[in-house]
Amino acid sequence: MIPAAFDYVAPTSVEDALAALAQHGDDAKIIAGGQSLLPVLRMRLNAPEMVIDLGRIESLRGVRDDGDAIVVGAMTPHSVVGSDPLVAQHAALVAKAVEHLADAQVRHRGTFGGALAHADPAGDLGAPALALGAEFVVAGPGGSRTVAADDFFVDLFETAIGEDEILTEVRLPKRTGWGAHYEKFVRVAHQWPIVAVAATVRVEGGVIAEARIGLTNMGSTPLRARAVEEALAGQPATEDAVRAAAEHATEGTNPPSDLNGDADYRRHLARVLTRRAILAAAS
Amino acid sequence: MTAVQDAPEVAKEIGRDRRRKEDQRLITGRTRWTDNITLPGMLHLAMVRSPFAHATITSIDTSAAKAATNVVDVVTGEDLGEAQGVLINAWPITPDQKAPTHLPVATGRVAFAGEIVAVVVARTAAEARDAAELVDVEYDVLPAALDLRESAEDTVLAHPDLGTNKSALWVFDSNEAGTGGDVEAAIAEARADGIVLEREYRQQRLIPAFMEPRSTVVDPTGEQLTVWSATQIPHILRFALAATTGIPESKLRVIAPDVGGGFGGKLQTTPEEWITVAVARRVGRPVKYTETRSESLMAAHHGRDQWQRLTLAADREGNVKALKVDLLADLGAYVSLVGGGVPVLGAFMFNAIYKFPAYRFAVQTVLTNKTWTDAYRGAGRPEATFAIERLMDELAAELGVDPLEVRERNWIKHEEFPFTTVAGLEYDSGNYEAATARAKEMFGYDELRAEQRRRRDSGDPVQLGIGVSTFTEMCGLAPSRVLGSLDYGAGGWEHASVRMLATGTVEVVTGASAHGQGHETAFSQIVADRLGVPFEDVEVLHGDTQVAHKGLDTYGSRSLVVGGEALVKATDKVVEKAKVVAAHLLEASADDLEFGGGRFTVRGTDQGMAIQEIASAVFAAHDLPDGMEPSLDSDATYDPVNFNYPHGTHLCAMEVDTETGALTMRKYVCVDDIGNVINPLIVAGQVHGGLVQGIAQALWEEAVYDESGTLVSGSFVDYLLPTAADTISFEVDHTTTPSLTNTLGTKGVGEAGTIASTPAVVNAVVDALRPLGVTDVQMPCTPERVWKAINGDGASGGPATEAAAMPHFDPAEPGADSTEGDAR
Repeated sequence: MIPAAFDYVAPTSVEDALAALAQHGDDAKIIAGGQSLLPVLRMRLNAPEMVIDLGRIESLRGVRDDGDAIVVGAMTPHSVVGSDPLVAQHAALVAKAVEHLADAQVRHRGTFGGALAHADPAGDLGAPALALGAEFVVAGPGGSRTVAADDFFVDLFETAIGEDEILTEVRLPKRTGWGAHYEKFVRVAHQWPIVAVAATVRVEGGVIAEARIGLTNMGSTPLRARAVEEALAGQPATEDAVRAAAEHATEGTNPPSDLNGDADYRRHLARVLTRRAILAAAS
Repeated sequence: MTAVQDAPEVAKEIGRDRRRKEDQRLITGRTRWTDNITLPGMLHLAMVRSPFAHATITSIDTSAAKAATNVVDVVTGEDLGEAQGVLINAWPITPDQKAPTHLPVATGRVAFAGEIVAVVVARTAAEARDAAELVDVEYDVLPAALDLRESAEDTVLAHPDLGTNKSALWVFDSNEAGTGGDVEAAIAEARADGIVLEREYRQQRLIPAFMEPRSTVVDPTGEQLTVWSATQIPHILRFALAATTGIPESKLRVIAPDVGGGFGGKLQTTPEEWITVAVARRVGRPVKYTETRSESLMAAHHGRDQWQRLTLAADREGNVKALKVDLLADLGAYVSLVGGGVPVLGAFMFNAIYKFPAYRFAVQTVLTNKTWTDAYRGAGRPEATFAIERLMDELAAELGVDPLEVRERNWIKHEEFPFTTVAGLEYDSGNYEAATARAKEMFGYDELRAEQRRRRDSGDPVQLGIGVSTFTEMCGLAPSRVLGSLDYGAGGWEHASVRMLATGTVEVVTGASAHGQGHETAFSQIVADRLGVPFEDVEVLHGDTQVAHKGLDTYGSRSLVVGGEALVKATDKVVEKAKVVAAHLLEASADDLEFGGGRFTVRGTDQGMAIQEIASAVFAAHDLPDGMEPSLDSDATYDPVNFNYPHGTHLCAMEVDTETGALTMRKYVCVDDIGNVINPLIVAGQVHGGLVQGIAQALWEEAVYDESGTLVSGSFVDYLLPTAADTISFEVDHTTTPSLTNTLGTKGVGEAGTIASTPAVVNAVVDALRPLGVTDVQMPCTPERVWKAINGDGASGGPATEAAAMPHFDPAEPGADSTEGDAR
């Protein structure tokens, strides 16, 4: 498992990283935690000439409070995100998703921004980011711009980040006091989810005032289960009401078939897991 | 010396929970793994492998690769010619077995995806890998024989020149052998008045997935050609190299240094070893090849892969009258070292612990265009145990009785040992009643059955299943005469020598070749007890044919029960020799000497000498009995007259989420009777690891090919190996019926857990779902299969696995270019 030869730079600022990216263009790959890129390089599925390592840019690390949002630096390791009190308090859904993401080694090396930029539809962070309405801050030659979660995931392994841009931080709107649950279905613990459902709900007086649901691995990108959200609004947080709403979970999905299950099975799982995720989040 | 010296009370080493003395170096890796070996001027190999399952090689252009930086040579099979030798099958199971020639580097045609077509030799491994991509091979793709059952029909030929895919048909019939009755008559009788169960079970293809990938280093610069290899079988490797390459055996030294696991996967003589030898001789310099994990999964031998058609006849009381077994076994593209011998090893175990009056077994081995198969932990016995233990549960269901009850009705009672089975084996000892009683007690069997009833009655979406497996196995391979009668190409003896060093420490040499089992610790315990020397003073040497010059290596749970007994015999010879010297030096008659706690004492006196003092005196040789050779060192070669038969009762409780098909193991109890235990800690490790490996067959692992013959489960993303996070805490205990086939009374434990656990788990899954009409779930019991079984596919065992990988690393997927880590 030896990658093809490549050059390597490790800039210490976003500006320098953007300059390196501008210089090498298509021949360059950016490495964050490397938990997906390194296997790809070692299996020689990709052979970039230049690898730009963001690991030494201190400004991309850490979690901070920014008024109505929690801001997570793109290079913050999952393990830091998962144990951060601000995340736990205001974006509990992310904390729940990170808790069982891959395995301990990956959680320590892999990064929040790297995983989201990789845009694996089976990745654990896309659905929570969608459900929370995250905003993605992307730096480019002309400065920074913000991409809404709904516009961020374009296709399999493809995001709205431009060729000459770098994801610098992710803003998670505070959903303080919302119930949250990430229901993940796997055969072995370290596996990518076969299907997972990210649910966060605001319950008022036993009624679901607002619900936001994201689906993992039910299409070529993470998906928002808007039909479920709409069906839930104003419903009592009861098993029957939630079960009825969860029946809409497969609307607009296009799940894959693979060794772990065919599309029909995934659709079935999506309905069951959606119900369970919502009930757990609401309780 | 004053007064009478009491012999010091020495704690027995046998039975102690000794921490393994080899673990520090094995776990930290600060040791000699083959890949850690670097020799002056050493070159590195990279293999060019066929991406096609079956194709004609029309041309190989190596010019660009040869021109690449620091490439020394690029060779094809044609270039190597006869120098590359040929790979052998040591067990032609029938005289007319059909076996294609197996060249290390294919010439003309490839027969599975992953087969080597060219080899790059370069100064570094990276340069070799880079240049391998420059070798231009043109193929004409041929139709591939992939599906086992279709291949058995010869619809597509894996090797067209053989004219058939059917390699060998091996049959055992108790009526013909004189060990039992006529199966067909018994089945006919049961059809008229009794019960006949007909079932078909699938043993999916598995990959041994040892921790250390295979690696070989060859140094041709000395008088003896030295081969280091991550192998279980250095002695057999040396023999096979000598037999097929023309190198005299005396000019070959093979070393298995520390080896990181094998599970049967390194019980092989490999193309990569032969190639490394051939290239080293060709270039005259040391050469190393270490496979990648992807290569290991694709091209190291696979395991299992059978279809089992089973017919069981019983009377209305559940007394089994006959068992008929028809197997199709997938050999893959070539007949490997053990090859068709793997299912034949299972032939004697389908009758298991039971007193069946009639038995017939037939296996048809079949060539396909998939990776070759061979031994995988248990080798033949897990397949047999699975089939019969699943059937006994089916019989219990048919009768409406408890599965343990139907087993008890049929099993050999403890007072009936020694017992000659319908397959012709003589079981020396055992006590199935005791192991089962203990397991039931630990499990809380009756309480769990009560809970199962409650869940069934209330229609709980989470159902509870209880799975039973009362297994035995034949291990300790072993009796050379029996192996000879089965046409196996070697014997089954084992060798040991014990060297008393002048300073009082002891070197023990064993022909067994540990690859993680803990031989150094367990053998030290045996010798320490036998000689009365400290555990720490015993050094166990193995794996180097220059040191351990004789041996038949490690597989089939043989090291302790065969190799350990050889060690006992060698140690006893040391004591006998030392006794003569002691008598001489103590001026006593040998008959008056007692040996205990490492000392010879003259009965009724205070005189005595430690064995270390005698070793020192023999080293000096100043004062030895007349005519005595100045040495205590002793050898022994032991060939048992029988196999060794561990047994046990395993009980598994499984919760099944009927909504999703998810399985959650609730409880697993096993009570194995492995005779006397040398080191309980090592046994616990073997049992726990073995259980997980067997459970993994039931639930997780499967090597899947797509319709073009590409291995889809070609990485650990898709070939699901469990970790500690996926298992529960097993409850393990033992009953003890000492084996009569060796003086230590031990039985093999290396494979027991794997053999027993698979049917216990599947039986639990099916037991949970039987009220829903489910009678089988094909392995691995994925949640999808379970869910589909519940929802109307209950009889067929569920669908075949969808042959598609998860796309995380798939370059063919759109957008895969912008793979991750990638923040843009």
